Amino acid sequence: MEHYKKAQLKKHAIGYVIGFVLSLIITLVAFWMVYAHTHGAQFSFPSNVLIPMLGILAFSQFVVQLVYFLHLGTEQKPRWKLVVFWFMVIVVLIVVVGSLWIMQNLNYNMMPAPENMNLQTQKGL
Amino acid sequence: MNKTKEALARRIVSDDKVTFGFWIYLMTDCLIFASLFAVYVVQRSATAGGPSSNELFDLPFVLVETLLLLTSSFICGLMVLAAQAHRKNLVIIGLIATGLLGAGFLAMELTEFSHLISEGYGWQRSGFLTAFFTLVATHGLHISVGMLWLFVMIYRVSRVGITPATLRKLTLFSLFWHFLDVIWIFIFTIVYMIGVL
Repeated sequence: MEHYKKAQLKKHAIGYVIGFVLSLIITLVAFWMVYAHTHGAQFSFPSNVLIPMLGILAFSQFVVQLVYFLHLGTEQKPRWKLVVFWFMVIVVLIVVVGSLWIMQNLNYNMMPAPENMNLQTQKGL
Repeated sequence: MNKTKEALARRIVSDDKVTFGFWIYLMTDCLIFASLFAVYVVQRSATAGGPSSNELFDLPFVLVETLLLLTSSFICGLMVLAAQAHRKNLVIIGLIATGLLGAGFLAMELTEFSHLISEGYGWQRSGFLTAFFTLVATHGLHISVGMLWLFVMIYRVSRVGITPATLRKLTLFSLFWHFLDVIWIFIFTIVYMIGVL
């Protein structure tokens, strides 16, 4: 029993180290790509490529930390934590994508009067 | 013997319920942050003639903040393992290390805020800055509450040691702390890294 518990703890500790190293690598790679871009390094991505790549890196670090730090998906059945997690993801997507979509359309539909046009384009209102 | 076994089984079931309840709280907290992120992205270009995100942020400074929080989250995880092994002193050392790194993070964030405010770029300057301060300071507020919780846990562990109840509280605290680091991934990416592009 004691031996089994020790092995279990060691396994978990290795999981934390893997999660930490992966998160560190992902963070530094993302930072380096942005830093190279803003400091005009010889090799850097244009921003329309860089933003989706940063999104992918953030998402992968999200998954790494969920698995190795928050231990999502390792619980026994029934996996209520996972169910609540997916429910959260759905609501977050509805809130975020919905808001951005609506605001995008509002900007498009509410074409300002000509005399106010420069407020939006030049003064950022 | 049979009686203690039953009591143990009951306790494990109730611990699972408490952890699950706390998990539901964390997931609903995600919704708060999601709506603040949506507000931030919508308001990002509303600078009202004030500075935009690529003039304000010092990325290497924020990288150090990020690394402090990540290391803190990692040590917090190891601290729970030490608690499962009933190593009281290791747990206290782990909690103190987590707390020091968290305090470093908080101090850097407050330095950044006071720097921005002293230059006249406080939350009243533009929609963009309002959304920025609301989002980042909400995260900072969570970290402050976590620090308070952490101090209470240091006191508790040193007073009563690692009881089943302490172990459960330490587990919940670690969930909270890891969760805050997960939120910070998105703040670092969406607010700071995409912000300076």
